[in-house]
Amino acid sequence: MVVSRNDIILKLQSDILRLQGFKQERGSSSLNSGLGSLVNAFPNSTFPTGCIHEFLSDSKESSAATTAFIGGLVNMLSGTSGVTVWISSGRKLFPPALANFGLHPERFIFIDLKKERDLLWAMDEALKCEALTTVIGEIDAVTFTESRRLQLAVEQSNVTGFLIRNTVRNKVATSACVSRWRITSLPGERLDDLPGIGFPKWQVELLRIRNGKPGTWEVSWRQGGFDTHRLQETPHDIREHRMLG
Amino acid sequence: MEKRFVSIWLPYLKTDLFTVRQPHLKDVPFVLRSPSRGRMLITACNVCAERSGIRTGMALADARALLPELQPLDDKPELVDKLLTRMAEWCIRFTPVVAIDPPDGLLLDASGCAHLWGGDEKYLADIVGKINSKGYQVRAAMADTVGVAWGMARFGLRQTHNNKIIVEPGRHIEALMSLPPEALRIEPEISSKLHKLGLKQVKQFIRMPRASLRKRFGIHFLMRLDMALGQEFESIEPVVPVERYQERLPCLEPITTAAGIEIALQQLLETLCLRLHNDQLGIRTAVLKCFRVDGKVEQVTIGTHRPSHYVKHLFKLFGIKLSSIEPALGIELFILEAPVVEEHLAQQEVMWEDSQGIEDPRISELIDRITGKAGNDTVHRYLPDEHYWPERSFKLAGGLTEQPSTQWLTHKIRPLQILQPPERIEVTAPIPDYPPMLFIYKNKIHNIVRADGPERIEQEWWLQQGQHRDYYRVEDETGNRYWLFRLGHYHDKTYQWFIHGFFP
Repeated sequence: MVVSRNDIILKLQSDILRLQGFKQERGSSSLNSGLGSLVNAFPNSTFPTGCIHEFLSDSKESSAATTAFIGGLVNMLSGTSGVTVWISSGRKLFPPALANFGLHPERFIFIDLKKERDLLWAMDEALKCEALTTVIGEIDAVTFTESRRLQLAVEQSNVTGFLIRNTVRNKVATSACVSRWRITSLPGERLDDLPGIGFPKWQVELLRIRNGKPGTWEVSWRQGGFDTHRLQETPHDIREHRMLG
Repeated sequence: MEKRFVSIWLPYLKTDLFTVRQPHLKDVPFVLRSPSRGRMLITACNVCAERSGIRTGMALADARALLPELQPLDDKPELVDKLLTRMAEWCIRFTPVVAIDPPDGLLLDASGCAHLWGGDEKYLADIVGKINSKGYQVRAAMADTVGVAWGMARFGLRQTHNNKIIVEPGRHIEALMSLPPEALRIEPEISSKLHKLGLKQVKQFIRMPRASLRKRFGIHFLMRLDMALGQEFESIEPVVPVERYQERLPCLEPITTAAGIEIALQQLLETLCLRLHNDQLGIRTAVLKCFRVDGKVEQVTIGTHRPSHYVKHLFKLFGIKLSSIEPALGIELFILEAPVVEEHLAQQEVMWEDSQGIEDPRISELIDRITGKAGNDTVHRYLPDEHYWPERSFKLAGGLTEQPSTQWLTHKIRPLQILQPPERIEVTAPIPDYPPMLFIYKNKIHNIVRADGPERIEQEWWLQQGQHRDYYRVEDETGNRYWLFRLGHYHDKTYQWFIHGFFP
């Protein structure tokens, strides 16, 4: 009985999602398998594409980790010929390093602008361009209305947008993005106690996800793919359990 | 139909060009000079100088001895070529087939043109008069063959002061008879040989057996003779004026509204793009000029990354800038010009919808919009370069289509975020060539827990002098990873430590 009840709930959930406009995307199956246990956090167990994900970072170190995590996602999203546009002011990215994450740096187009207004305009224009796979924007100040605009642009073209916001912790305005992440570095994952740094490892905090379950994971990058491991239940989850209990 | 040719000779072309530009030189003896084998040679002299006995080809020093007040000017041979081509294009008013005849002449195929001017006499007078009025001395001859017209213009007018001569149809062989051999356009060696033999006029050798003429003077000589006689066809290579991609739209009423300007632009773009489409060309740069009622000209310029004749895209590019046009009292004339066009083949059009990746035209349209608004230096794309030195390991790509000529290096791990330039840090290192124990960056102490390295990267001495770098990848106690390097040898005492990047 219990099993069948769970099945009914799952079915109803997926029906609701379908009614809310969440579609199963074709191209993202490799991404879903690559994300490991992280994929359970998303609605329909599918990484949402054609929307904007927001990443918070408060230091150069966490900015590097964020870039790497996004790089891994872009790698799985873009397939053989996807093109990524990178919009920023004061870019610190080292293009050859993208190759370490299985990406092709020549398929990145970097747009370096100075004014904040131009950044938002360029992001909006790029998100409307259907020929792109992903658009990454390093924009610090985005108001709720502006994030709504970006979200509307992306819904037409089905491009996946990543917004990196270098801001101080706890000083972030609400936004219309589908998720909010924070990535920080963890000590590298060593192989059999060998000396050296080992594989890069991060703490991936999914702070907010529309219609999904936030959580925290330990993710390391090894052999060209993610290795995810769930760390803890978030307060949101605990609350849900309490309600059930 | 009888063929008629006009040969125009501009004997003082080079000096006349300078006189036209600087009228005060008109009555001054001056020469043009250019260096040759360590001395200055005269390449052209004007009438005044020639009267004093100065000739082309003299050394400038000799000429100065003859005429101390002689003014030497630097020769500009490239100007003359341009001028000749411009003159040839201008001469298209007389006949559709005009060729330049270097170094100082023009050839006109006047077959069936002269009657429009009321006969050969008036036709030639008009040509000579018009060129003369522009300040160039000219001699022109008209004949049935190119060879005779050429020869008559240069050698038939020697004695007379007349500057034009007409050889009646069918009488060109007669005219040729009294010309010197060099009038046949033959090599100077052969004409001097003929002079040595006492053959100073064409009539003296024209009846000689062809076989012996060929044996002594070569096949080329006979060919020139046949051309002059009209027995061999001679083709001339006409100048084709460059067709400008320009569209005009005059307005009945002055236009003052943005909507009006947009309609005008749309119309102009449609006609221009249709023309470009038929010629398989695409716009790289386009200018919209708006001529206002008060005499001012407003203009906006756009550029594209790859040639395009796609109206919608070009309109969007202009759309970003249209707001900068001030119509004031109204615009009465729009001119759309495409100064830079490039080949744009139809097969690219087919790929419009299904091409993928970086080749997709929609991406270049996006880039055009962004550079159109924010400037050209905003969009970058990088390709691998074969250098280990981090700053040189990548290079700026020339455009969206340039493909990498080499692989990206993946066997060395590089930081994702880089500091440009590297920043100095304080370091405590235990023993030579060991990774440091701690470093201080921005007043914060980072205790190093684990490290990889060193990876030595040498300077490429053929590009830049300096010391090598020993790179370490280090991780501090919080799990953040950094790229540090020591510049120079540990033992040299002059080494410095830097932080260069952040690993994920």
